[in-house]
Amino acid sequence: MTKATHQQNLQGNHACALAAVAAGCRFYAGYPITPSSEVAERMSLELPRVGGTFVQMEDEIASMGAVLGASMGGIKAMTATSGPGFSLKQENIGYGVMAEVPCVIVNVMRGGPSTGMPTRPAQGDVMQARWGMHGGYQIIVLAPASVSEVYGQTVRAFNLAERLRTPVVVLIDEVIGHLVETVRIPDPGGLDIQQRNWAAVAAGEYQPYAAGDDMVPAMARPGDGYRAHTTGLTHDESGFPTQDPETVERVSRRLLGKFEHHRAQIDQFEELQTRDAEILIVAYGISARAARRAVREARSKGIKAGLFRPITIWPFPQQALTKAAKKAKRILVPEMNAGQIVLEVERVAGRGRVKGINRIDGQAVTPSDILEAIGTGD
Amino acid sequence: MTKTAIKKNAGKASSKNAFDVMSYLRHDLFPHFLCPGCGHGIALRALMWAIHELEIDKDRIAIVSGIGCSGRLGAYIDANTFHTTHGRPLAFAAGLKLARPDLEVIVITGDGDCLAIGGNHLIHACRRNLDITCMMLNNEVYGMTGGQVSPTTSEDRYTTTTPLGNTEAAFDACRLAEAAGAGFVGREVTVQTPTLKNLLKDAIAYNGFSFIEVISDCTEIYGRKNDLGNSPEMILSQKSQMRPNSYGGVIVDEPFRPNALPTGVLSTNARPEYGETYRNAMASAKRKK
Repeated sequence: MTKATHQQNLQGNHACALAAVAAGCRFYAGYPITPSSEVAERMSLELPRVGGTFVQMEDEIASMGAVLGASMGGIKAMTATSGPGFSLKQENIGYGVMAEVPCVIVNVMRGGPSTGMPTRPAQGDVMQARWGMHGGYQIIVLAPASVSEVYGQTVRAFNLAERLRTPVVVLIDEVIGHLVETVRIPDPGGLDIQQRNWAAVAAGEYQPYAAGDDMVPAMARPGDGYRAHTTGLTHDESGFPTQDPETVERVSRRLLGKFEHHRAQIDQFEELQTRDAEILIVAYGISARAARRAVREARSKGIKAGLFRPITIWPFPQQALTKAAKKAKRILVPEMNAGQIVLEVERVAGRGRVKGINRIDGQAVTPSDILEAIGTGD
Repeated sequence: MTKTAIKKNAGKASSKNAFDVMSYLRHDLFPHFLCPGCGHGIALRALMWAIHELEIDKDRIAIVSGIGCSGRLGAYIDANTFHTTHGRPLAFAAGLKLARPDLEVIVITGDGDCLAIGGNHLIHACRRNLDITCMMLNNEVYGMTGGQVSPTTSEDRYTTTTPLGNTEAAFDACRLAEAAGAGFVGREVTVQTPTLKNLLKDAIAYNGFSFIEVISDCTEIYGRKNDLGNSPEMILSQKSQMRPNSYGGVIVDEPFRPNALPTGVLSTNARPEYGETYRNAMASAKRKK
């Protein structure tokens, strides 16, 4: 009997690189930045082994551009960065959203603003990941909470990017990026890998941005005879720019709507003892691991605590949270920032019962921080 | 089509069929957006002419452009065209060429796109030496945004952001490209269209990074603002300010025209194309394992 998986001790950043390769990524462009550099280092070693290409570009903007260029050429592509680099990449990520270019952007978060604390953890980029670009748009952001999950969510990021033709952001906590844990790595055949939907109609019939019922247009691969035009300008189904109000409204609605249409595939969350929870913790990433421990300890003292952990943090899983928070008298939101996802929790659950637990000192939220807020009497 | 085959065609005077620019353009967007007298259309024609004579399959051509008047040209070309972000076409092109070495990647950019916001990418594209042809249209001004000063605006010229005359010095993009290691560097004025076509042919046939500066004219905005006359007057005065390099380095008019810019092939730097270098190095490292 062959084993379906093998185990390996891996750092979060290395797990991310290996998962990308397993998901079919064959192009990486990046720029060195703490605490994400190990992703690039591992990719520079792994990609040549599978016939892929690694390039260290001249800056963060160029690496995002190169990733988009490679993906438009038909190759699965990714980059990894951290706060300042993520800021620099925003305009080109927006191009990926507008031109519908699949790609994965990994942001191993560090303290900010500005240079901040390059080697300390923070969860300060949650809102930037959602709202960092100009204009109105939707984006998928995933927040793994363990090295194992970094592996799984990186694969999933590629699958979602290809399925929805969109950039997908993976937000990794510095602590997880540098944490070494045992990862069960599925054999290549054991992974569910999404391939791009390539245009297959006759060249004369092809409309680059005409989508069917699934709202995601098939992509033209250069060299396949379609000779399509791709632009960051607002474009109609033909791919050429337009300013006709009716057309602009229609194409913009589709660009936003495809995410809602595929919501079932995008949403992912974990619930721990939420059914009867009177105190609900909403946490993601490394903070959720402290919350898990806090819930266990509170339960052992007879307190009805529970954890709701969004894995896909954007779009925010509001329906699931509404359900999980039904019986909650208090909702606590531990984060390593001054309060970001807490705003979304307040929006969904109402302001009265929501309270943030915020660490902005470059340290991870601890179980005792959360237990103190729960008020266990210790 | 291989580089060797393209190279062979570069040596030929012309192909069998007569050149019809319209057969290389998309007609959907006509009438085009260029102002009357703009030199960009001539440059576009020269580029299509070069592609025609090199007999490159349209499906294999990828045109990558940035933002500005130059950036809009790609949409008219019947090929795989990518209109990217401001200043970044060379970055997009690097990814595209590395991912798809089989494509003939041509970047169309402008003086603001390439030398200001995208200056860093130009330097590193020259250094990296991927097989990309970069055609930079230099009209000395940001035309699309209404005529602001650019890194190539001549001194004392008036623009909407230099209402009292430009006080900054202009870039010599070709010397920059040469210093940064570009494999093939050249410059031409639009009025010399057949010469420009031949220069572009050599640039595309060159296996490595080639940089061609096309001296274009912005008659409507820049020309009007500086009283440079109509389009024929502008392009003829541009021609008179240039010194063809084919004179063989004998600069007889130096004392009379100390500021004349050379045109033609300005420098070559034969070194290995980067994509091939990378792939070969990785393959041989794999074999050693």
